[in-house]
Amino acid sequence: MNLSLSLFPLGWQHYLLGGLIIGSGTALLFVLTGRIGGMSTVFSSTWSYLVQRPFFQQGRFVDSRGWRLVYALGLILGALVWWLGFAGGVREATAVPAWQLLVGGFFVGYGSRLGNGCTSGHGICGLGSLQWPSLLAVLTFMATAFLTANLAARWLA
Amino acid sequence: MSTASMTLPKSLATLAAGALFGFGLSLSTMIRPEVVLSFLRFQDFGLMLVMGGAVLVVLLTYQLAPRLLERPLLDEHFHTHPSIWNRDTLVGAALFGVGWGLCGVCPGPAIAGLGAGNWSLLWALAGIALGALVQGIRMK
Repeated sequence: MNLSLSLFPLGWQHYLLGGLIIGSGTALLFVLTGRIGGMSTVFSSTWSYLVQRPFFQQGRFVDSRGWRLVYALGLILGALVWWLGFAGGVREATAVPAWQLLVGGFFVGYGSRLGNGCTSGHGICGLGSLQWPSLLAVLTFMATAFLTANLAARWLA
Repeated sequence: MSTASMTLPKSLATLAAGALFGFGLSLSTMIRPEVVLSFLRFQDFGLMLVMGGAVLVVLLTYQLAPRLLERPLLDEHFHTHPSIWNRDTLVGAALFGVGWGLCGVCPGPAIAGLGAGNWSLLWALAGIALGALVQGIRMK
């Protein structure tokens, strides 16, 4: 069997091109504003508008909450451009059950904030700045994600 | 602080950078939980290309920009964000992986997916927001 087809049954070009564009977004943010554009911090910094507890009122959240929300808004805008302009406006949907999205999401939120980074913070920005703690974090979450996804496929299917 | 740090050109630059990021997430179908889960189940290795492509561009930029430019085009200095390795990083990353493996959604796609009309991702978005809130409250 063709190797490329067995590794990438849906084709590989859109993955590589998409990855290069994601990187270009993070790179553009850095070149223009000097900011490091991880994604998960927005979920803590936005709570600082509503929750007065000292943890959320730290400078690193309060000072960055404005641009992080704008960055998140950009994410939605970019997906909208793709959806309307390149995907024929067929609405995206998922068959993953709501409870799995909610519970999985909870661990994603809790874990990424406790560990100070997610797939973009540790993965793209951390590896992109050659930081070994980020490499260890990526290896850790990849390992538990592989394990969970395969067990879930066996037990929940 | 917030007025000085959020001039209009900087806001537009941040919006444009986010839009590129969101477009890339959509084009690479990372906003589809099924595609992420099929990577985690070793059925489609596309996510490696997405991650590799993004890291390559960012690595080159983080290395070259501070050498070629005195400062960012719209600000005073380049930021750094040192990551640290401790118990919280280990436990946090491990829990993040459990959640990611369960739902196939990470923070970027949870936000971007809404732009492509995937309303189901609101469940994931709510879960992530709740998780971040509980984490912050437990830290006191």
